[in-house]
Amino acid sequence: MIELSDIHRDFQVGDQKVHALDGVSLTIGAGEYLSIMGPSGSGKSTLLNLIGLLDRPTSGVYRLDGQDVTALSDRQQAEVRNQRIGFVFQAFHLVPRLTAAENVELPLILAGVPPVQRGQRVEQALAAMSLSDRSRHKPEQLSGGQRQRVAIARATVMQPTVLMADEPTGNLDHKSGQDVVRILEQLSSNGITLIVVTHDGEIGRRARRQLHMLDGRLESDSGTGNA
Amino acid sequence: MALATRDIVRFGWGALRGYPARATLMLIAMAIGVGAVVVLTSLGEGARRYVSGEFASLGTNLVIVIPGRSETAGISPTTLMGETPRPLTLQDALALKRSYSVHRIAPLNIGSAKVNWQGRSRDVVILGSSSELLDLRHWSMAQGHFLPPVDLERAVPVAVIGKKIRDELFGARRAIGEWLRIGDRRFRVIGVLATAGRSMGTDVDEVVIIPVASAQQLFNTESLFRILVEASSRAAIGPVKQYAIDTLQERHQGKKDVTVITQDAVLATFDRILGALTYAVGGIAAISLAVAGILIMNVMLVAVSQRTAEIGLLKALGATPRQIVVLILAEAMLLSVLGAGTGLLLGELGSLLIRHLFPILPAYAPLWAVAMALLVALFAGLLFSLLPARRAARLDPVLALSGR
Ligand SMILES: Nc1ncnc2c1ncn2[C@@H]1O[C@H](COP(=O)(O)OP(=O)(O)OP(=O)(O)O)[C@@H](O)[C@H]1O
Ligand SMILES: [Mg+2]
Repeated sequence: MIELSDIHRDFQVGDQKVHALDGVSLTIGAGEYLSIMGPSGSGKSTLLNLIGLLDRPTSGVYRLDGQDVTALSDRQQAEVRNQRIGFVFQAFHLVPRLTAAENVELPLILAGVPPVQRGQRVEQALAAMSLSDRSRHKPEQLSGGQRQRVAIARATVMQPTVLMADEPTGNLDHKSGQDVVRILEQLSSNGITLIVVTHDGEIGRRARRQLHMLDGRLESDSGTGNA
Repeated sequence: MALATRDIVRFGWGALRGYPARATLMLIAMAIGVGAVVVLTSLGEGARRYVSGEFASLGTNLVIVIPGRSETAGISPTTLMGETPRPLTLQDALALKRSYSVHRIAPLNIGSAKVNWQGRSRDVVILGSSSELLDLRHWSMAQGHFLPPVDLERAVPVAVIGKKIRDELFGARRAIGEWLRIGDRRFRVIGVLATAGRSMGTDVDEVVIIPVASAQQLFNTESLFRILVEASSRAAIGPVKQYAIDTLQERHQGKKDVTVITQDAVLATFDRILGALTYAVGGIAAISLAVAGILIMNVMLVAVSQRTAEIGLLKALGATPRQIVVLILAEAMLLSVLGAGTGLLLGELGSLLIRHLFPILPAYAPLWAVAMALLVALFAGLLFSLLPARRAARLDPVLALSGR
């Protein structure tokens, strides 16, 4: 359960203030499938980063499962990110020197999960992405679609409640992009809360709930599809 | 959320291997620093031990009386050259013998003469001394006996020869009992000295030793070159020195015209000088370690900015600031440990080489220097990677991931 009320995020650029988010209030229920669309610079990524606790609002209150998370320390926020939030990025952000399996293992290492349990969980996460036979491959030996699936395995290996994807198909061809969307929707139907930022109207319209942003504000909200 | 040590090391090792050029550079810098400390201090320590050993081979608890006065009461070139402003006599030596604290006494006369046996001859350094010289200098005999313990004033015509003299004059034949001609006198060979190596400039293998009274006649002189006095114990060295000064002043009509040095004082001086030298080279080498540390800092700063995206990713995956610090520090420490280990190995190989090239130098790096080098290396590695690690921990993950 995500509750944002009157969130502002200002950036100081030189002596000019940029209002990247200008009073956003939004409630997202557990298990929702939501897309955020809008022109470039409208604040989509900024909003996603705030929800994902990678950034802090200039003002406003953000409650995650009833808890005011803006008041948490950096360390506590890191723990929330580790346990409850998964990220998928446009640029994949796999560590190039690590194999697919080692990349997926990273969140488990940070969480202090003992090695014996890690192997099994990594295997399961990769198997769910049909990548079992690629576990020892380095990112450079994988196609774009495979890389993004490794990234999704990594984002889900901790079994988070929220999965955020910022332009997850932006660097992929049409076919791989569709595969990735199908996988994300599969996860959503298994109960995860899915938030996808996209430029691609075709992908955005597949979400049950669609948000449009303009100049740091929510311009339209198709409303809670199910909550 | 605590990271397992194994995971930290594995991650750091992977990161290092990901940038081999950078890692190698730092490793070399660290290795050179540690290696330099080890090699240089082993050299200094080797020199110190060599000089100490040389002095120790002179004898134990020695007090040396030299004719002529040294203003500084230390060693000056004139006293060491043995110039004789006023002679030191056999009677002086005998007078010194009277103290209970004096264990042995050996008057010393030195000169050069032609030694001849059945037509073979060569110039040899002749030492005139007493029977007690043998034990005082810790020498031993290869064959026969040393000078007989007779009255110092008796000129007995006997000679003890060094090994090389025996080989050159007698070859394989038996030397004991043969009569040598030294200068214009005849001496019977009664013993051959065992090799004792060089000590303080005289090669024991190449001397001929005769009774001091005989030497005085041979060189037609009353005066002695030195009087070597062995105190009965280490504690007695001071009193014996004072006794020698007082006794000789009394015998020389109240004039302080001799110099008395103790082996201890000379040794202590050399020890201090060479010890300071070891510290100095150690210090210089430690500076190179600090330089290595600064290099580490810069390289780690570059590493952090090179890996901005990776650090941002780790944060997104839930790494706490502390975990980031630990990972970056571990990476630098891993390098420091490897570098220090390599340096230690190179340093020890270096001092092995020195010992091989100069066998007389016991070039072993002192333990304190090795420990210091390792500690400083690890400490420098830790200290200088703190700043880069902190910087990494403070990275804004949004900026890091967007590459802006
Ligand atoms: N760190 C920053 N410093 C200054 N301005 C920023 C920063 N981050 C974002 N902005 C500004 O905030 C506004 C919103 O940016 P944001 O990245 O959220 O847009 P977006 O909707 O994700 O755009 P796109 O579709 O191009 O990714 C933009 O005007 C951007 O220039
Ligand atoms: Mg964006």
